[in-house]
Amino acid sequence: MFDYETLRVIWWALLGVLLIGFAIMDGFDFGIAALLRVLGKTEDERLVMLETIEPTWEGNQVWFVLGGGAAFAAWPQLYAVSFSGMYLAIFLVLVALILRPVGFNFRGKVHDERWRNVWDYVLIASGIVVMLISGVAFGNLFLGAPFQFDNDLRMTWHGSFFELLHPFALVAGLVSLTMLLAHGACWAAYKADHVVADRAVRVARFTTLAYVVLYVLAGIWLAYGVAGYAIVGPVVTDGVSNPLFKQVAHGSSWFASYMEHPYFWLAPVLGFAGAIGVQLTVGKKGLGGFVSSSLMVAGTILSAGFALFPFLLPSRLDPRSSLTVWDASSSQGTLGLMLAMTVIFMPIVIIYTSWVYRVVRGRVTLEHVRHSGHGY
Amino acid sequence: MIIDSDVVTLSRLQFALTALYHFLFVPLTLGIVWILAIMESVYVMTGREVWKRMVQFWGVLFGINFAMGVATGVTMEFQFGMNWAYYAHYVGDVFGTPLAIEGLMAFFLEATLVGLFFMGWNRMSRVSHLLTTWFLALGTNLSALWILIANGWMQNPVGSAFNAQTMRMEVTSFTEVMFNPVAQAKFVHTVSAGYVVGSMFVLSISAWYLLKGRNTDFAKRSMTVAASFGLAAALSVVVLGDESGYAVSENQKMKMAAIEAMWETEPAPASFTLVGVPDVENHTTHYALRIPWVMGLIGTRSIDKPIPGIANLVEDTKGRINNGILAYDAMLVLREDKNNAQAKAILAAHDKDMGYALLLKRFMDDPRKATPADIQKAADSTIPNVPVLFWSFRLMVACGFYFIALFAFMFWQASKRQLDKRRWLLKLALWSLPLPWLAAELGWIVAEYGRQPWAIEGILPTALGVSSVTAGQVWTSLGGFVLFYSVLAIIDATLMVKYAKKGPDGLGLWPPAEPVPPVTHLATRVGA
Repeated sequence: MFDYETLRVIWWALLGVLLIGFAIMDGFDFGIAALLRVLGKTEDERLVMLETIEPTWEGNQVWFVLGGGAAFAAWPQLYAVSFSGMYLAIFLVLVALILRPVGFNFRGKVHDERWRNVWDYVLIASGIVVMLISGVAFGNLFLGAPFQFDNDLRMTWHGSFFELLHPFALVAGLVSLTMLLAHGACWAAYKADHVVADRAVRVARFTTLAYVVLYVLAGIWLAYGVAGYAIVGPVVTDGVSNPLFKQVAHGSSWFASYMEHPYFWLAPVLGFAGAIGVQLTVGKKGLGGFVSSSLMVAGTILSAGFALFPFLLPSRLDPRSSLTVWDASSSQGTLGLMLAMTVIFMPIVIIYTSWVYRVVRGRVTLEHVRHSGHGY
Repeated sequence: MIIDSDVVTLSRLQFALTALYHFLFVPLTLGIVWILAIMESVYVMTGREVWKRMVQFWGVLFGINFAMGVATGVTMEFQFGMNWAYYAHYVGDVFGTPLAIEGLMAFFLEATLVGLFFMGWNRMSRVSHLLTTWFLALGTNLSALWILIANGWMQNPVGSAFNAQTMRMEVTSFTEVMFNPVAQAKFVHTVSAGYVVGSMFVLSISAWYLLKGRNTDFAKRSMTVAASFGLAAALSVVVLGDESGYAVSENQKMKMAAIEAMWETEPAPASFTLVGVPDVENHTTHYALRIPWVMGLIGTRSIDKPIPGIANLVEDTKGRINNGILAYDAMLVLREDKNNAQAKAILAAHDKDMGYALLLKRFMDDPRKATPADIQKAADSTIPNVPVLFWSFRLMVACGFYFIALFAFMFWQASKRQLDKRRWLLKLALWSLPLPWLAAELGWIVAEYGRQPWAIEGILPTALGVSSVTAGQVWTSLGGFVLFYSVLAIIDATLMVKYAKKGPDGLGLWPPAEPVPPVTHLATRVGA
């Protein structure tokens, strides 16, 4: 139905949709978890915090699992190179993700303050680890990764865990952290009892401000301190998926694609508009704050994706090995089939997810948790 | 490059441990969720509070288990990228698709609905809640379907072809991948095994209540449901397991021969070795107790088709390795010159055997330089661990027949309303609790350990699939998993025992005659 080039662009966009879906849907769960004891001063307040996400966080986390599955199916080399290359970082994320279901489920199962405290800190740590490492990983995409392919397309990675902690990547990690903390706080401001919500409003305003400063800093650093990558020679957009068939130069600007397509600037503008929206609407009645922080999240990820395009994961060790939209995808048939599946099932997912949110609508009050106890 | 064999061993060990661990929780989820759906249907149809309490109580135990299943499942997906990067590249085009569809079609459904199952009792109508439970059950089982379609392709890689330009397998027909007979047989066999696990779980804990004289009516009702569902499940797990065995004998002859310790080809129809002591050194089985004809009948469903023995299969393999080397050579030519007609013809003729040349990569960089001794070594490496397969299979099957007997007897007693009359039977039911897990784990061993040395049967050797990580990195994650999973296992087991011991009476769910408190969602009782 679609030609190979179009399918690749669609799947690049869908990868973005999944990432943004993950960051918006699961991001506020991570933010709530990390802010558990900042916004919840008493046990009852913490129960309120937890119950704002408890019926829905599990479904939200599927965005991540699906993102992994879709990357595996649509961009197998991206999945293989990033997961094996950043081995220990991914292992940390994995441990954090495993601790979440058990943390949410087990916390309320024993009535002992120390038990609950342990799980509180487990949930807080797991939230922070995922938010921070996701950002650091994103930062490393701009720096290029130390990998190369041999002729069998077997990848070797020549770097360690600590090399991922480049200052620029750390700033990217902090952008992600502050952005999702703000997003979580906006959710608490909308959904939690007023005692908790009032604190959340202050946290949301502060973290949004910190986010804007860090985001601007990262942008300036990217413009002046981080060299971009570019494909040189003829760009074959519908060729076979073999990264070694092209040449890549390192040293251009990551903003080149913004110069080429000025409408790309809408992405960072959307991010800033979201940040302003948070300042204006958080704490007011309705979903304004949360919608604003969602736009902020979407704008941020889009702006990074646009800057990288057509690169998915550049290699600083052997630029030719860089993974791009044009040479790291699955076959045309697989992309087409997966697209059909997505078109059929994504709307269904959205319908029943919306239904679940409707069922559990309304503020979670202190009165309610005192009355009903806690835990599922 | 030569692959680091330590990385291979450690990565395999890690995968096996995490998969076996994950598979402690999955079967229970698959089974108990239907039992919950059945109980809740009775509740909605009869309106009797008793059945709601049953759903809520077994739901608590389901919840603890579900959390562990979901948590440990993420590990499986991550590992394909972390530890098996070349595998992910080589087969992602085919293997990744069912995994992605699983997320989209099944995992989303179950994960989104599970929260409502627990927290939705007071927020929606009875019928809506019932539908939530049914779709939750459907989601978990659909999830198993897609995972086993992926796994089935590893056992029987249909609907795909090698592409020399991209150096990987690509889909040629997804319909074939989806309707792979091996996948279908594995799916029904595996979910039935899960139903047995779920039934035994409910049966054993209920038996314990009866032995203690607690929650008597609650336990008898639960047991009746478990015994009926369990009987149907135990029957189908054996019958469908036979179907699975038949599928194996069609495409994984070496696995079949190893399971049966069939060293030489016997004249058809082959006899079945009931027990014996396989001797790997001398390629023979000592003290074998053989039943004539049976193996031939099960394996080929005929009396005249022979089942090849291990020695003959190794000879065949040598031929395939030689053909594979031709294909490998042609592939290298094509990579440089994609229009070379001669190379194309050779690859087309032998591409089914190219994986066999890759077996040599464990020993040398360039398979084309292999000597006859190397080829012999590579061919010998295709023999799986015969004693382990032989015994795992027999123990699993013995468990299967025991389950049929136990559930049938329980069902009979239930229909005579005599479940609480025979204490020995209740004790037997209680002590049988670990057996379905044992059988399920053994089944995994037969299917996956028996697939070795292949990751994808005949296509990609396991050793080649690993990532270019260091042994130190894998040691770190493996050590982390052992430590972390052990702690989780202790917590999980403690909570399970604690809540099973508390029982419906201890949680205030039983007896149901008491006035229903204002807030009835389960959390109240759990918190009380």
